Amino acid sequence: MSSSLRGRAAIAGVGNTKRWNAPGRTPFDQLQEAVVLALEDCGLGLKDVDGLFCAISSSGLPVLNVAERLGLKVRHADGTMVGGASFLFHLQSAVAALENGLCDVALICYGSNQLSAGGRLVSMPDPQPYETPYRARYPISSYAFAAARHMYEYGTTRENLADVALAARAWANLNPDAFARGPLAREEILASRMVSDPLTRADCCLVTDGGAALVITRADRAKDLKSQPIYVLGTGVAVSHRQIAAMPDLTTTAAVESGRRAYAMAGVKPTDIDHVMVYDAFTITTLLFLEDLGFCAKGDGGAFVSSGATAPGGGLPVNTNGGGLSCNHPGMYGLFTVIEAVEQLRGRCGERQVEGAELALAHANGGVLSSQATAILGTATTL
Amino acid sequence: MSTDSRFDGPGPDDVWRDALRQERFLIQRCRNCERHRFPPALVCAACGGSDLVWVEASGRGVVYASTVVREREGSYNVALIDLAEGARLMSRVDGLAPEAVRIGMSVTARIETAPEPILLFHATDGGVL
Ligand SMILES: [Zn+2]
Repeated sequence: MSSSLRGRAAIAGVGNTKRWNAPGRTPFDQLQEAVVLALEDCGLGLKDVDGLFCAISSSGLPVLNVAERLGLKVRHADGTMVGGASFLFHLQSAVAALENGLCDVALICYGSNQLSAGGRLVSMPDPQPYETPYRARYPISSYAFAAARHMYEYGTTRENLADVALAARAWANLNPDAFARGPLAREEILASRMVSDPLTRADCCLVTDGGAALVITRADRAKDLKSQPIYVLGTGVAVSHRQIAAMPDLTTTAAVESGRRAYAMAGVKPTDIDHVMVYDAFTITTLLFLEDLGFCAKGDGGAFVSSGATAPGGGLPVNTNGGGLSCNHPGMYGLFTVIEAVEQLRGRCGERQVEGAELALAHANGGVLSSQATAILGTATTL
Repeated sequence: MSTDSRFDGPGPDDVWRDALRQERFLIQRCRNCERHRFPPALVCAACGGSDLVWVEASGRGVVYASTVVREREGSYNVALIDLAEGARLMSRVDGLAPEAVRIGMSVTARIETAPEPILLFHATDGGVL
Protein backbone atom coordinates (compact mmCIF):
# COMPACT_ATOMS: atom_id res chain seq x y z
CA MET A 1 0.00 0.00 0.00
CA SER A 2 3.01 2.28 0.44
CA SER A 3 3.00 3.21 -3.25
CA SER A 4 -0.24 5.09 -2.63
CA LEU A 5 1.81 7.80 -0.95
CA ARG A 6 3.88 8.46 -4.09
CA GLY A 7 3.70 12.14 -5.00
CA ARG A 8 0.86 12.82 -2.55
CA ALA A 9 2.90 15.42 -0.63
CA ALA A 10 5.34 18.05 -1.74
CA ILE A 11 8.07 20.18 -0.26
CA ALA A 12 6.58 23.63 -0.68
CA GLY A 13 9.24 25.69 1.06
CA VAL A 14 12.84 25.37 2.21
CA GLY A 15 14.83 27.50 4.64
CA ASN A 16 18.57 27.45 5.18
CA THR A 17 20.27 30.04 7.41
CA LYS A 18 23.71 29.38 5.88
CA ARG A 19 25.13 30.84 9.11
CA TRP A 20 27.87 28.27 9.66
CA ASN A 21 29.68 30.26 12.34
CA ALA A 22 27.30 32.53 14.23
CA PRO A 23 28.39 33.29 17.79
CA GLY A 24 25.65 34.66 19.99
CA ARG A 25 22.91 32.53 18.45
CA THR A 26 21.32 29.55 20.17
CA PRO A 27 20.23 26.40 18.30
CA PHE A 28 16.65 27.72 18.60
CA ASP A 29 17.67 31.05 17.02
CA GLN A 30 19.08 29.19 14.01
CA LEU A 31 15.96 27.03 13.83
CA GLN A 32 13.56 29.97 14.02
CA GLU A 33 15.34 31.88 11.27
CA ALA A 34 15.22 28.80 9.02
CA VAL A 35 11.50 28.42 9.71
CA VAL A 36 10.80 32.04 8.75
CA LEU A 37 12.78 31.58 5.54
CA ALA A 38 10.99 28.33 4.66
CA LEU A 39 7.54 29.82 5.24
CA GLU A 40 8.43 32.92 3.19
CA ASP A 41 9.71 30.64 0.42
CA CYS A 42 6.23 29.17 -0.01
CA GLY A 43 4.15 32.15 1.05
CA LEU A 44 2.62 30.58 4.14
CA GLY A 45 2.73 31.88 7.72
CA LEU A 46 3.27 30.45 11.17
CA LYS A 47 -0.51 30.52 11.70
CA ASP A 48 -0.87 27.98 8.87
CA VAL A 49 1.44 25.41 10.50
CA ASP A 50 -0.46 22.66 12.30
CA GLY A 51 2.10 19.83 12.22
CA LEU A 52 5.53 20.10 13.87
CA PHE A 53 8.46 17.74 13.40
CA CYS A 54 11.80 18.44 15.04
CA ALA A 55 14.82 17.06 16.85
CA ILE A 56 17.66 19.00 18.46
CA SER A 57 20.91 17.60 19.88
CA SER A 58 20.77 19.77 22.98
CA SER A 59 17.10 19.36 23.87
CA GLY A 60 15.20 16.34 25.12
CA LEU A 61 11.86 18.13 24.57
CA PRO A 62 12.31 19.74 21.15
CA VAL A 63 8.64 19.84 20.15
CA LEU A 64 7.69 21.80 23.28
CA ASN A 65 10.60 24.22 23.05
CA VAL A 66 10.04 24.92 19.36
CA ALA A 67 6.23 25.20 19.57
CA GLU A 68 6.52 27.70 22.41
CA ARG A 69 9.01 29.90 20.60
CA LEU A 70 7.08 29.87 17.32
CA GLY A 71 3.69 30.20 19.00
CA LEU A 72 2.45 27.07 17.25
CA LYS A 73 -0.82 25.42 18.25
CA VAL A 74 -0.14 22.16 16.45
CA ARG A 75 -2.56 19.26 16.20
CA HIS A 76 0.12 16.76 15.20
CA ALA A 77 3.77 16.47 16.30
CA ASP A 78 6.67 14.04 16.06
CA GLY A 79 9.96 14.46 17.92
CA THR A 80 11.53 11.18 16.85
CA MET A 81 15.24 11.28 17.68
CA VAL A 82 17.44 8.86 15.76
CA GLY A 83 20.41 11.17 15.25
CA GLY A 84 21.19 12.89 11.97
CA ALA A 85 18.60 10.87 10.03
CA SER A 86 15.77 12.10 12.27
CA PHE A 87 14.51 14.66 9.76
CA LEU A 88 14.02 12.10 7.00
CA PHE A 89 12.14 9.92 9.47
CA HIS A 90 10.09 13.07 10.11
CA LEU A 91 9.55 13.50 6.37
CA GLN A 92 8.03 10.03 6.06
CA SER A 93 5.91 10.65 9.13
CA ALA A 94 4.79 14.05 7.76
CA VAL A 95 3.77 12.58 4.42
CA ALA A 96 1.62 9.99 6.20
CA ALA A 97 0.14 12.57 8.58
CA LEU A 98 -0.75 14.92 5.71
CA GLU A 99 -2.33 12.10 3.70
CA ASN A 100 -4.47 11.10 6.65
CA GLY A 101 -5.55 14.62 7.51
CA LEU A 102 -3.76 14.73 10.86
CA CYS A 103 -2.31 18.04 9.72
CA ASP A 104 -2.40 20.30 6.65
CA VAL A 105 0.91 22.15 6.84
CA ALA A 106 3.88 20.23 8.21
CA LEU A 107 7.03 21.95 9.41
CA ILE A 108 10.31 20.03 9.79
CA CYS A 109 13.05 22.08 11.42
CA TYR A 110 16.47 22.04 13.05
CA GLY A 111 19.09 24.37 14.45
CA SER A 112 22.54 24.09 15.98
CA ASN A 113 25.32 26.25 17.39
CA GLN A 114 27.79 23.39 17.54
CA LEU A 115 30.77 25.38 16.26
CA SER A 116 30.29 28.66 18.09
CA ALA A 117 29.39 26.84 21.32
CA GLY A 118 32.83 25.26 21.42
CA GLY A 119 33.14 22.85 18.54
CA ARG A 120 32.29 19.71 20.48
CA LEU A 121 29.65 17.26 19.35
CA VAL A 122 26.62 17.95 21.51
CA SER A 123 24.67 14.86 22.34
CA MET A 124 21.93 14.00 24.78
CA PRO A 125 22.70 11.72 27.72
CA ASP A 126 22.68 8.16 26.42
CA PRO A 127 24.98 5.99 28.54
CA GLN A 128 26.53 2.92 26.91
CA PRO A 129 28.06 0.95 29.81
CA TYR A 130 29.38 -1.86 27.58
CA GLU A 131 31.38 0.56 25.40
CA THR A 132 32.35 3.48 27.64
CA PRO A 133 35.11 1.63 29.58
CA TYR A 134 37.11 1.14 26.36
CA ARG A 135 37.23 4.88 25.56
CA ALA A 136 36.46 4.61 21.86
CA ARG A 137 36.24 8.12 20.43
CA TYR A 138 32.58 8.82 19.77
CA PRO A 139 31.49 8.67 17.04
CA ILE A 140 34.65 8.40 14.91
CA SER A 141 35.92 5.04 16.22
CA SER A 142 32.69 3.34 15.18
CA TYR A 143 33.11 4.62 11.63
CA ALA A 144 36.80 3.66 11.80
CA PHE A 145 35.74 0.04 12.45
CA ALA A 146 33.53 0.17 9.35
CA ALA A 147 36.36 1.64 7.29
CA ALA A 148 38.80 -1.00 8.57
CA ARG A 149 36.38 -3.77 7.62
CA HIS A 150 35.79 -2.23 4.18
CA MET A 151 39.53 -2.14 3.60
CA TYR A 152 39.93 -5.71 4.82
CA GLU A 153 37.08 -7.16 2.79
CA TYR A 154 37.28 -5.10 -0.41
CA GLY A 155 40.79 -3.65 -0.59
CA THR A 156 39.56 -0.09 -0.17
CA THR A 157 42.46 2.29 0.44
CA ARG A 158 43.07 5.52 2.29
CA GLU A 159 43.54 7.07 -1.17
CA ASN A 160 39.95 6.07 -2.03
CA LEU A 161 38.74 7.77 1.16
CA ALA A 162 40.81 10.86 0.37
CA ASP A 163 39.12 11.03 -3.04
CA VAL A 164 35.73 11.29 -1.31
CA ALA A 165 36.96 14.39 0.52
CA LEU A 166 38.48 15.76 -2.71
CA ALA A 167 35.21 15.37 -4.63
CA ALA A 168 33.32 17.09 -1.81
CA ARG A 169 35.76 19.99 -1.87
CA ALA A 170 35.55 20.29 -5.66
CA TRP A 171 31.76 20.70 -5.35
CA ALA A 172 32.16 23.13 -2.42
CA ASN A 173 34.41 25.25 -4.60
CA LEU A 174 31.40 25.75 -6.91
CA ASN A 175 29.14 26.68 -3.98
CA PRO A 176 29.65 30.21 -2.63
CA ASP A 177 27.74 29.20 0.52
CA ALA A 178 30.06 26.33 1.45
CA PHE A 179 32.04 26.77 4.67
CA ALA A 180 35.25 25.03 3.53
CA ARG A 181 36.42 26.26 0.15
CA GLY A 182 39.79 26.52 -1.55
CA PRO A 183 42.37 24.15 -2.93
CA LEU A 184 42.85 20.75 -1.31
CA ALA A 185 45.40 18.14 -2.36
CA ARG A 186 45.23 14.38 -1.94
CA GLU A 187 48.66 14.46 -0.23
CA GLU A 188 47.35 17.00 2.27
CA ILE A 189 44.48 14.69 3.21
CA LEU A 190 46.73 11.64 3.48
CA ALA A 191 49.14 13.58 5.70
CA SER A 192 46.36 14.71 8.02
CA ARG A 193 46.56 13.71 11.69
CA MET A 194 45.33 10.19 12.45
CA VAL A 195 42.48 10.25 14.98
CA SER A 196 41.16 6.69 15.05
CA ASP A 197 42.87 4.41 12.52
CA PRO A 198 42.29 4.37 9.59
CA LEU A 199 40.42 7.69 9.79
CA THR A 200 42.21 11.03 9.97
CA ARG A 201 40.98 14.49 10.73
CA ALA A 202 40.48 15.02 6.99
CA ASP A 203 38.09 12.05 6.85
CA CYS A 204 35.75 13.82 9.30
CA CYS A 205 32.90 16.15 8.48
CA LEU A 206 33.05 19.81 9.44
CA VAL A 207 31.83 21.21 12.72
CA THR A 208 29.59 24.20 12.01
CA ASP A 209 26.50 26.02 13.19
CA GLY A 210 23.38 26.12 11.03
CA GLY A 211 19.62 25.98 10.76
CA ALA A 212 17.30 24.35 8.24
CA ALA A 213 13.56 23.92 7.71
CA LEU A 214 11.08 22.38 5.28
CA VAL A 215 7.40 23.14 4.79
CA ILE A 216 5.41 20.19 3.43
CA THR A 217 1.82 20.19 2.22
CA ARG A 218 -0.39 17.88 0.23
CA ALA A 219 0.55 18.06 -3.47
CA ASP A 220 -2.71 19.73 -4.58
CA ARG A 221 -2.10 22.64 -2.23
CA ALA A 222 1.62 22.92 -2.95
CA LYS A 223 1.09 23.59 -6.63
CA ASP A 224 -0.80 26.80 -5.83
CA LEU A 225 1.89 28.14 -3.47
CA LYS A 226 4.64 30.63 -4.22
CA SER A 227 7.62 28.42 -5.09
CA GLN A 228 8.01 25.38 -7.35
CA PRO A 229 6.82 22.33 -5.40
CA ILE A 230 9.16 19.35 -5.19
CA TYR A 231 7.23 16.11 -4.84
CA VAL A 232 7.99 13.39 -2.34
CA LEU A 233 7.94 10.30 -4.55
CA GLY A 234 9.34 7.80 -2.09
CA THR A 235 10.55 7.47 1.48
CA GLY A 236 12.09 4.63 3.42
CA VAL A 237 13.54 4.30 6.90
CA ALA A 238 15.36 1.56 8.79
CA VAL A 239 17.12 1.12 12.13
CA SER A 240 19.65 -1.57 12.90
CA HIS A 241 21.43 -0.92 16.23
CA ARG A 242 22.57 1.66 18.74
CA GLN A 243 26.09 0.52 19.63
CA ILE A 244 28.47 -0.30 16.82
CA ALA A 245 29.16 -3.79 18.25
CA ALA A 246 25.51 -4.63 17.61
CA MET A 247 25.68 -3.80 13.89
CA PRO A 248 25.32 -7.12 12.06
CA ASP A 249 27.75 -6.41 9.19
CA LEU A 250 29.88 -3.27 9.32
CA THR A 251 30.22 -3.02 5.54
CA THR A 252 26.49 -3.22 4.75
CA THR A 253 24.20 -0.65 6.36
CA ALA A 254 20.44 -0.52 6.81
CA ALA A 255 20.48 1.94 3.87
CA VAL A 256 19.89 -1.21 1.81
CA GLU A 257 16.45 -1.48 3.44
CA SER A 258 15.58 2.23 3.57
CA GLY A 259 16.66 2.54 -0.06
CA ARG A 260 14.66 -0.49 -1.17
CA ARG A 261 11.55 0.95 0.47
CA ALA A 262 12.05 4.40 -1.07
CA TYR A 263 12.72 3.02 -4.56
CA ALA A 264 9.66 0.77 -4.31
CA MET A 265 7.38 3.63 -3.29
CA ALA A 266 8.77 5.92 -5.98
CA GLY A 267 8.78 3.20 -8.64
CA VAL A 268 12.27 4.14 -9.80
CA LYS A 269 15.69 2.53 -9.80
CA PRO A 270 19.19 3.87 -9.07
CA THR A 271 19.99 4.44 -12.75
CA ASP A 272 16.98 6.80 -13.01
CA ILE A 273 18.37 9.21 -10.38
CA ASP A 274 19.89 12.48 -11.66
CA HIS A 275 21.26 13.85 -8.41
CA VAL A 276 22.37 12.16 -5.19
CA MET A 277 22.88 13.46 -1.66
CA VAL A 278 24.31 11.01 0.88
CA TYR A 279 25.20 11.94 4.44
CA ASP A 280 29.00 12.15 4.53
CA ALA A 281 29.70 12.24 8.25
CA PHE A 282 33.00 10.54 7.44
CA THR A 283 34.52 9.73 4.05
CA ILE A 284 33.69 6.03 4.49
CA THR A 285 29.95 6.75 4.72
CA THR A 286 29.82 8.09 1.16
CA LEU A 287 31.23 4.78 -0.09
CA LEU A 288 28.89 2.68 2.05
CA PHE A 289 25.75 4.56 1.00
CA LEU A 290 26.62 4.69 -2.72
CA GLU A 291 27.00 0.91 -2.57
CA ASP A 292 23.99 0.21 -0.35
CA LEU A 293 21.73 2.46 -2.44
CA GLY A 294 22.71 0.64 -5.62
CA PHE A 295 24.84 3.26 -7.40
CA CYS A 296 27.74 0.82 -7.56
CA ALA A 297 28.35 -2.77 -6.48
CA LYS A 298 29.20 -3.66 -2.87
CA GLY A 299 32.92 -3.11 -2.40
CA ASP A 300 33.31 -0.95 -5.52
CA GLY A 301 32.63 2.38 -3.80
CA GLY A 302 36.31 3.29 -3.54
CA ALA A 303 37.07 2.66 -7.21
CA PHE A 304 33.81 4.38 -8.20
CA VAL A 305 34.66 7.61 -6.35
CA SER A 306 38.34 7.50 -7.34
CA SER A 307 37.26 7.32 -11.00
CA GLY A 308 35.84 10.82 -10.62
CA ALA A 309 32.26 9.65 -11.21
CA THR A 310 30.83 11.61 -8.29
CA ALA A 311 32.88 14.81 -8.67
CA PRO A 312 31.98 17.81 -10.85
CA GLY A 313 32.01 16.62 -14.47
CA GLY A 314 31.41 12.98 -13.49
CA GLY A 315 28.44 10.84 -14.44
CA LEU A 316 26.70 10.88 -11.04
CA PRO A 317 26.65 14.22 -9.20
CA VAL A 318 26.93 13.41 -5.48
CA ASN A 319 26.84 15.87 -2.56
CA THR A 320 26.83 18.90 -4.81
CA ASN A 321 26.71 21.44 -1.99
CA GLY A 322 30.09 20.15 -0.78
CA GLY A 323 28.51 17.80 1.74
CA GLY A 324 29.15 17.50 5.43
CA LEU A 325 32.83 17.32 4.57
CA SER A 326 33.09 20.76 2.95
CA CYS A 327 29.74 22.63 3.01
CA ASN A 328 28.39 22.44 6.55
CA HIS A 329 27.78 20.01 9.39
CA PRO A 330 25.84 21.46 12.31
CA GLY A 331 25.72 18.33 14.48
CA MET A 332 22.85 16.62 12.68
CA TYR A 333 23.15 17.25 8.93
CA GLY A 334 20.30 15.14 7.51
CA LEU A 335 17.93 17.98 6.63
CA PHE A 336 20.58 19.63 4.47
CA THR A 337 20.65 16.63 2.11
CA VAL A 338 16.97 17.29 1.32
CA ILE A 339 17.48 21.05 1.00
CA GLU A 340 20.24 20.67 -1.59
CA ALA A 341 18.12 18.13 -3.50
CA VAL A 342 15.22 20.63 -3.60
CA GLU A 343 17.52 23.46 -4.70
CA GLN A 344 18.93 21.29 -7.52
CA LEU A 345 15.48 20.17 -8.70
CA ARG A 346 14.36 23.81 -8.73
CA GLY A 347 17.43 24.71 -10.78
CA ARG A 348 18.65 27.32 -8.29
CA CYS A 349 22.23 26.08 -7.87
CA GLY A 350 24.26 28.41 -10.11
CA GLU A 351 27.69 27.09 -11.00
CA ARG A 352 27.10 23.69 -9.40
CA GLN A 353 23.68 23.16 -11.02
CA VAL A 354 23.08 19.65 -12.34
CA GLU A 355 21.64 20.31 -15.80
CA GLY A 356 18.13 18.99 -16.24
CA ALA A 357 17.89 17.38 -12.80
CA GLU A 358 14.35 16.00 -12.40
CA LEU A 359 14.83 13.14 -9.93
CA ALA A 360 16.96 13.32 -6.78
CA LEU A 361 17.77 10.97 -3.93
CA ALA A 362 18.58 12.28 -0.45
CA HIS A 363 19.91 9.88 2.15
CA ALA A 364 20.63 10.48 5.82
CA ASN A 365 22.40 8.52 8.53
CA GLY A 366 22.12 8.72 12.31
CA GLY A 367 24.07 7.52 15.32
CA VAL A 368 26.88 5.20 14.32
CA LEU A 369 25.44 3.88 11.03
CA SER A 370 22.45 3.13 13.28
CA SER A 371 19.48 4.75 11.57
CA GLN A 372 19.08 5.17 7.82
CA ALA A 373 16.49 7.14 5.87
CA THR A 374 16.08 7.69 2.16
CA ALA A 375 13.88 10.14 0.28
CA ILE A 376 13.30 10.28 -3.47
CA LEU A 377 12.17 13.66 -4.72
CA GLY A 378 11.06 14.83 -8.13
CA THR A 379 9.79 17.74 -10.18
CA ALA A 380 6.23 17.78 -11.59
CA THR A 381 7.41 15.93 -14.70
CA THR A 382 8.23 12.86 -12.61
CA LEU A 383 4.72 12.51 -11.17
CA MET B 1 1.83 -9.10 44.22
CA SER B 2 0.80 -9.86 40.70
CA THR B 3 4.19 -9.51 38.99
CA ASP B 4 5.33 -12.20 36.57
CA SER B 5 7.77 -14.48 38.41
CA ARG B 6 9.70 -15.23 35.22
CA PHE B 7 11.23 -11.78 35.51
CA ASP B 8 11.89 -11.79 39.26
CA GLY B 9 15.34 -11.04 40.65
CA PRO B 10 17.99 -8.57 39.54
CA GLY B 11 17.93 -7.34 35.94
CA PRO B 12 20.37 -8.69 33.34
CA ASP B 13 22.77 -5.72 33.50
CA ASP B 14 23.07 -6.19 37.27
CA VAL B 15 23.64 -9.93 36.99
CA TRP B 16 26.38 -9.39 34.42
CA ARG B 17 28.15 -6.69 36.43
CA ASP B 18 28.02 -8.74 39.62
CA ALA B 19 29.53 -11.73 37.83
CA LEU B 20 32.29 -9.57 36.36
CA ARG B 21 33.13 -8.35 39.86
CA GLN B 22 33.56 -12.03 40.81
CA GLU B 23 35.85 -12.44 37.76
CA ARG B 24 33.31 -14.42 35.79
CA PHE B 25 32.42 -13.64 32.15
CA LEU B 26 28.79 -14.56 31.57
CA ILE B 27 26.69 -14.31 28.43
CA GLN B 28 23.09 -15.23 27.76
CA ARG B 29 21.84 -18.15 25.70
CA CYS B 30 18.29 -18.34 24.34
CA ARG B 31 16.50 -21.54 25.34
CA ASN B 32 14.29 -21.25 22.29
CA CYS B 33 16.80 -20.77 19.43
CA GLU B 34 20.09 -21.57 21.24
CA ARG B 35 21.68 -18.31 20.04
CA HIS B 36 23.89 -16.31 22.40
CA ARG B 37 23.52 -12.61 23.00
CA PHE B 38 25.55 -9.73 24.36
CA PRO B 39 25.04 -7.16 25.84
CA PRO B 40 22.54 -8.59 28.31
CA ALA B 41 18.82 -8.06 27.75
CA LEU B 42 15.47 -9.53 28.70
CA VAL B 43 14.70 -10.92 25.25
CA CYS B 44 16.47 -12.76 22.47
CA ALA B 45 17.08 -10.35 19.56
CA ALA B 46 17.33 -13.30 17.17
CA CYS B 47 13.96 -15.00 17.77
CA GLY B 48 12.05 -12.71 20.13
CA GLY B 49 11.92 -15.31 22.88
CA SER B 50 12.12 -14.24 26.51
CA ASP B 51 13.61 -17.37 28.05
CA LEU B 52 17.30 -16.57 28.39
CA VAL B 53 19.75 -18.47 30.56
CA TRP B 54 23.19 -17.35 31.80
CA VAL B 55 26.19 -19.41 30.72
CA GLU B 56 29.95 -19.04 31.23
CA ALA B 57 31.47 -17.60 28.07
CA SER B 58 34.30 -19.65 26.59
CA GLY B 59 36.38 -16.46 26.44
CA ARG B 60 37.58 -17.39 22.96
CA GLY B 61 37.11 -14.90 20.17
CA VAL B 62 38.38 -13.40 16.93
CA VAL B 63 39.06 -9.74 16.19
CA TYR B 64 36.29 -8.51 13.86
CA ALA B 65 37.58 -4.93 13.60
CA SER B 66 40.26 -2.87 15.29
CA THR B 67 41.24 0.77 15.64
CA VAL B 68 43.96 2.77 17.38
CA VAL B 69 42.69 5.80 19.24
CA ARG B 70 45.34 8.51 19.05
CA GLU B 71 45.37 10.75 22.08
CA ARG B 72 48.02 13.24 23.15
CA GLU B 73 48.69 11.11 26.23
CA GLY B 74 49.28 8.04 24.07
CA SER B 75 47.57 5.59 21.77
CA TYR B 76 45.48 2.59 22.67
CA ASN B 77 43.55 -0.17 20.99
CA VAL B 78 39.79 -0.56 20.78
CA ALA B 79 38.45 -3.67 19.05
CA LEU B 80 35.26 -5.47 18.17
CA ILE B 81 35.51 -9.13 19.13
CA ASP B 82 33.41 -11.94 17.71
CA LEU B 83 33.02 -14.48 20.52
CA ALA B 84 33.16 -18.18 19.67
CA GLU B 85 29.53 -18.33 20.86
CA GLY B 86 28.51 -15.86 18.14
CA ALA B 87 27.95 -12.61 20.02
CA ARG B 88 30.05 -9.52 19.27
CA LEU B 89 31.32 -7.01 21.79
CA MET B 90 33.60 -4.01 22.13
CA SER B 91 36.79 -4.43 24.11
CA ARG B 92 40.55 -3.84 24.04
CA VAL B 93 43.28 -6.24 23.03
CA ASP B 94 46.21 -5.77 25.41
CA GLY B 95 49.70 -7.17 25.54
CA LEU B 96 50.87 -5.98 22.14
CA ALA B 97 51.22 -2.67 20.32
CA PRO B 98 47.80 -1.23 19.50
CA GLU B 99 48.69 -1.16 15.78
CA ALA B 100 49.60 -4.87 15.90
CA VAL B 101 46.02 -5.95 16.61
CA ARG B 102 44.72 -7.36 13.33
CA ILE B 103 41.37 -8.43 11.98
CA GLY B 104 41.12 -12.21 12.20
CA MET B 105 43.48 -12.52 15.16
CA SER B 106 42.52 -15.13 17.78
CA VAL B 107 42.04 -13.63 21.21
CA THR B 108 41.20 -14.81 24.72
CA ALA B 109 39.25 -12.94 27.39
CA ARG B 110 40.59 -11.99 30.76
CA ILE B 111 39.11 -9.88 33.54
CA GLU B 112 40.98 -7.12 35.28
CA THR B 113 39.50 -6.17 38.64
CA ALA B 114 41.29 -2.90 39.47
CA PRO B 115 40.58 -0.07 39.52
CA GLU B 116 37.20 -1.16 38.10
CA PRO B 117 36.30 -4.63 36.84
CA ILE B 118 36.78 -4.70 33.07
CA LEU B 119 36.67 -7.38 30.38
CA LEU B 120 39.80 -7.34 28.19
CA PHE B 121 41.37 -9.65 25.62
CA HIS B 122 44.87 -10.75 24.72
CA ALA B 123 46.23 -12.51 21.66
CA THR B 124 45.71 -16.24 22.13
CA ASP B 125 49.07 -17.34 20.77
CA GLY B 126 51.12 -14.24 21.36
CA GLY B 127 49.66 -12.44 18.37
CA VAL B 128 50.79 -14.72 15.55
CA LEU B 129 48.03 -15.06 12.96
ZN1 LIG C 1 16.22 -16.88 20.50
